[in-house]
Amino acid sequence: MSLLIDVGTVLRGSVCELYSSLLTRPTGAAVRHAIERQVVEVGAPVVTTIDFSQVDLLDVSCADEIVAKLLLRYADGINPLNGYLLLKGVREDHLDAIDAVLEKRGLALVAWYEGYAELHGTVEASERLHWETVRELGPVTVDRVAEQLGTTALQTATQLTGLWSRRLLMYDYDGHFLVPGMIGPVS
Amino acid sequence: MEVVFEQLAPLPRDEKVVIDARHTRWASPYGLTAMLCVAQSRAVRADFTVPENPDTASYWARTGFFRHAAEVYDLHGNVPRHREGQESDVLLEITPIVRSDDVHGVVGRIKDKSADILHGQLGLDMAVTGRFGMTLSEACGNIVEHAGLGGWVAVQTYAYRKRLGRRVVVIAVCDAGIGFRKSLETSPAPRANERWDDARALEAAVLRAVSRYRHGDEGRGQGLAQIRKFVAKWNGKLTVRSGSARVAIIPGWDEDEPLQESLPYFPGSQMQIVIPEKVPDNATATLSNSGTAGRSSRARAS
Repeated sequence: MSLLIDVGTVLRGSVCELYSSLLTRPTGAAVRHAIERQVVEVGAPVVTTIDFSQVDLLDVSCADEIVAKLLLRYADGINPLNGYLLLKGVREDHLDAIDAVLEKRGLALVAWYEGYAELHGTVEASERLHWETVRELGPVTVDRVAEQLGTTALQTATQLTGLWSRRLLMYDYDGHFLVPGMIGPVS
Repeated sequence: MEVVFEQLAPLPRDEKVVIDARHTRWASPYGLTAMLCVAQSRAVRADFTVPENPDTASYWARTGFFRHAAEVYDLHGNVPRHREGQESDVLLEITPIVRSDDVHGVVGRIKDKSADILHGQLGLDMAVTGRFGMTLSEACGNIVEHAGLGGWVAVQTYAYRKRLGRRVVVIAVCDAGIGFRKSLETSPAPRANERWDDARALEAAVLRAVSRYRHGDEGRGQGLAQIRKFVAKWNGKLTVRSGSARVAIIPGWDEDEPLQESLPYFPGSQMQIVIPEKVPDNATATLSNSGTAGRSSRARAS
């Protein structure tokens, strides 16, 4: 199940109808609460995609309130949100703010742009390599990724499960890893 | 403004003061917004005498200064009528910042004009426009988040001939609130360093991105870090004054003290950001290509 949230619409609905930019912490907190309500109402684990294409400016404070704190809610030990969080429609200047907050908190996420998935934030070089291999080949098995990278199955399994536990990869419980939001032939 | 602060510092807050601007010929956005903060810092309503030079007074009127000054000062002299939209160099008239809504208003108002001025007049890369709005937002957001009192912002372009020989765009954001030291003191962190004063507080907040909210919220303190990054990218200058200290991020084209201590005390914080015009073939102004290097690699996914 997937949920697409136009954050520009959320901004206008929850803060002010005239706004087109995501600025300041109070604005970001109001938007995040509205998004959380939508995710919770769905109930089941979902791939939630936050669409930034209608957002003019995004400042760091607002990015921290929306993107970073939403990601932290997925890892909340008491009352976590279920599923995966993706971004789409992010521009280069949005990424300035998003990358800054992910780096500050040691977080990472997947963003889609015109059919391409990108990994942003804090990840080890080896993790990134495995993630990019899954993106190229996925949905894909551990053995196929290990073969591609010339690593052992155990090393690759460790990397992929690490990425899965950070919600940067999905696992279909049929032996395949894939990038959230990806649909494609199994390899 | 330092001369004004110096004269004010020894006076009790409830002593009546007169700010005599009769013989002034010019004021930067920083000076104009800081003068409003002077009134804000006094317990007794202060007097203000208007510049006698009609061009000076007229320019100050076009920046919106007298409109706000009339609310916080008793004005004396000939106050010119304010006519909005008459000054092409004023990117943003002096605007009060109290709430989050004010920040949205400020950034929204400069949106259309900033591309024309930053790209068209100062020759900066188009990528500067969005980042300029973000920087302005973070600078104003600091008042909302930390000052405990409203402040003012102004954005203006002018020729910075004396130091630079080029045009610059200047953001001034000033308040007379609690200032950096008192703001950081509201956090529960023990200050192991024996030396704790305005200068140490400014260094912590401006240079090390320390915030009073950092305990329990690691994401705090990024606003000033982002401002610093913006200033470095566009070869600009950042100064932040608070209490009795001032820190500066200084580009190659300027000579200033990175840290000044034991200045005359003035409450709140006063920030100035100066971004210079880009000059072709000048090594100091070549940092304009934002590019995409360093971003994650991109490849096809179905």
